Amino acid sequence: MQVAYNERIKNFEKVRAYMREFYVYGFKNRNEYDAKSARSYDDERRRIESWLGEYMHFTQTAEGKNVFLSVDSRIIRKNPFYKAWKTKSFTDGDITLHFAIFDILHTPEIRMTLAELIEEIDRRLSSGITFDESTLRKKLKEYTEEGIIQTEKEGRKVLYCRSADIDISALDDVIDFFSEIAPCGVIGSFLQDKQPRHNELFSFKHHYITQAMDSDVMAILFEAIQKKCYITVDNLGKYANKLKTIRLVPLKIYISAQNGRQNLIAFHEQANRLNSYRLDYLSNIRIEGTCEKFDALRDTLGKVEGHMWGVNCRWNIKHLEHVEFELKIENDEQFIVRRLEREKRCGYVEKLDEKHYRYTADVFDTMEMVPWIRTFLSRITRMNFSNRTVENKFKADIEEMYRMYGIDGGDIHDIQ
Amino acid sequence: MIFSELYSVYYNTVAKIIAVAFEPKTTEEDLQCCVLEEAFSESVLTILPALKSRKWPLLHDDLSPALHHEPTMPLTTLEKRWLKAIAEDPKVKLFDVEFPALDDVQPLFTKEDYKIYDQYADGDPFEDENYIRHFRLILSAIKNERPVRIKMKNRYGKEVWIRFYPKGFEYSVKDDKVRIIAAGCRFRQFNLGRVIACEYYDGQGPWTEKPQVEQKKELTLLIINERNTLERAMLHFAHLEKKAERLEDEQYVLHLRYYESDETEIVIRVLSFGPCVKVLEPESFVNLIKERLILQKSCELK
Repeated sequence: MQVAYNERIKNFEKVRAYMREFYVYGFKNRNEYDAKSARSYDDERRRIESWLGEYMHFTQTAEGKNVFLSVDSRIIRKNPFYKAWKTKSFTDGDITLHFAIFDILHTPEIRMTLAELIEEIDRRLSSGITFDESTLRKKLKEYTEEGIIQTEKEGRKVLYCRSADIDISALDDVIDFFSEIAPCGVIGSFLQDKQPRHNELFSFKHHYITQAMDSDVMAILFEAIQKKCYITVDNLGKYANKLKTIRLVPLKIYISAQNGRQNLIAFHEQANRLNSYRLDYLSNIRIEGTCEKFDALRDTLGKVEGHMWGVNCRWNIKHLEHVEFELKIENDEQFIVRRLEREKRCGYVEKLDEKHYRYTADVFDTMEMVPWIRTFLSRITRMNFSNRTVENKFKADIEEMYRMYGIDGGDIHDIQ
Repeated sequence: MIFSELYSVYYNTVAKIIAVAFEPKTTEEDLQCCVLEEAFSESVLTILPALKSRKWPLLHDDLSPALHHEPTMPLTTLEKRWLKAIAEDPKVKLFDVEFPALDDVQPLFTKEDYKIYDQYADGDPFEDENYIRHFRLILSAIKNERPVRIKMKNRYGKEVWIRFYPKGFEYSVKDDKVRIIAAGCRFRQFNLGRVIACEYYDGQGPWTEKPQVEQKKELTLLIINERNTLERAMLHFAHLEKKAERLEDEQYVLHLRYYESDETEIVIRVLSFGPCVKVLEPESFVNLIKERLILQKSCELK
């Protein structure tokens, strides 16, 4: 029997994948999604449209209708993708019990036994639904784990009360700001939902809202890092497109402000390697036992971080690659020197003569630097990479660009 | 950990409905309004019907609340841990606020647990006393709708005073800078870090000057999907309005809309993809790329 459509969802993973497809790509048609059925696709699309309708667009192609999400994140004040985290399904009993419990325990001073609570719930709901002791006990246990209910022992009796309230009324602006810029900002969004309506004064530029979809992965990784524990996690291989379960010691999360990617830097014990893993490829994280070597691993990472341009790293600096390039910079172009200084993440800049500057660094992966070096095209006069393959490729790419734009034999007159 | 019904739109909406139901003379339309304002477009089909049918027996038949108090819920441990984590961020000092006591709470993360590895190094001095004072004065001026005047250096290095109504702030994680959004003067924004002095302005207007409206421009790129360029480009430009089309042979067309004032930045970002991204139109943008390539050619890189 088919299950009726429900706006709420039980499992976030499926919708995480769809939202990413619609937002990052948005050129696939209905038949191309790896859904179990077309109905599954229709349900996910309908849900996302219900949450994010104003950002959803459609295009008609020969193959069918394509759905995509498009957001100018400089205009919005709140990340719209946070809405997806507020759609968890629940039963009629869950929601009823929730409001009944906190209505009865409406101040932290009220303390009740399980039996007293059951009796009071029945009275208050006038037998709309009745709950047995085991259901209520389970719910209270869950709420104790969430930190919203506390238990106290009085002799042999267990008493339940609500946790103390915390006044966050002065933090409206702080929460608005950090909800968008801090890791796991969706939690700030949960706090915003408790605040009265107010003017939101912050907007954000270069704002990669897609990171919201990996909030749970990030929160669990932080939890494991704080506890210095091993994790077991399913990782979607970059090339094989196949899930692989791996055991890691998570050490640090690397967040990009320029490409929206987030990576976990972790120790892969079995391979004895320091690797990076895209957060959007990770799922099903289980926190395991404590790693006794955590502090030593973190220290080692700290020592090699100075040679990481992006997220690729190794255990020791024997594997470093030397990168050097020189730029022609006129006297009235000092902003280029400032660019070099502020954008370099390692290495150093030196002035060679009146018009030439050299950038030098030793990094684990030259390839990671290539996109940045290309941003200086128009003034690169010399380069010297110890990784000759990358250097040759860099130069070949420039030649290819000349060809692409039809200037492989031309001059300034090529500009129309 | 994060995906819990405790934070759901439905729990929040039902809390709002019950709170409104406590007000005398509340009508069904009032409750329906709560759903429209708080929940999703299709939630009207579920929330109020569930309450009215007493599947969720939290309202009486006359829509008065079955409960005795307006709903409240304490903060969860997760929320407290996140608050504790941001309380330790240096930028919190910008805001003149006392954080609630969270002494027995472990932060969800610390600054040792993550790194924004490609943030520019010349970010604003968030812990500088003057900078903090300027931020707070502007924040107060925005809230009280008061004009301010600021002293800055103009492009010739001369100190000048500018008066305007501050309307908001814009923060860029990449630049690690705060900009003040202005009205009532010809500039749209000012870098907070470049403000030398700042005070309320008590003089009269006129406030007839308006900042130039930021124009958006369109750009069409051809993506050649080698070396995972498709994914890299789609993610890289994800913060802009965009639309993608598939051609054939692993080629895609990406239409972007960007702000005119960001054009130079967009040019170098396109260049960073090398030959895997080609500008198709407009011609003016193609020429910006060509200019750089022609200059590069003149460098005679061997």
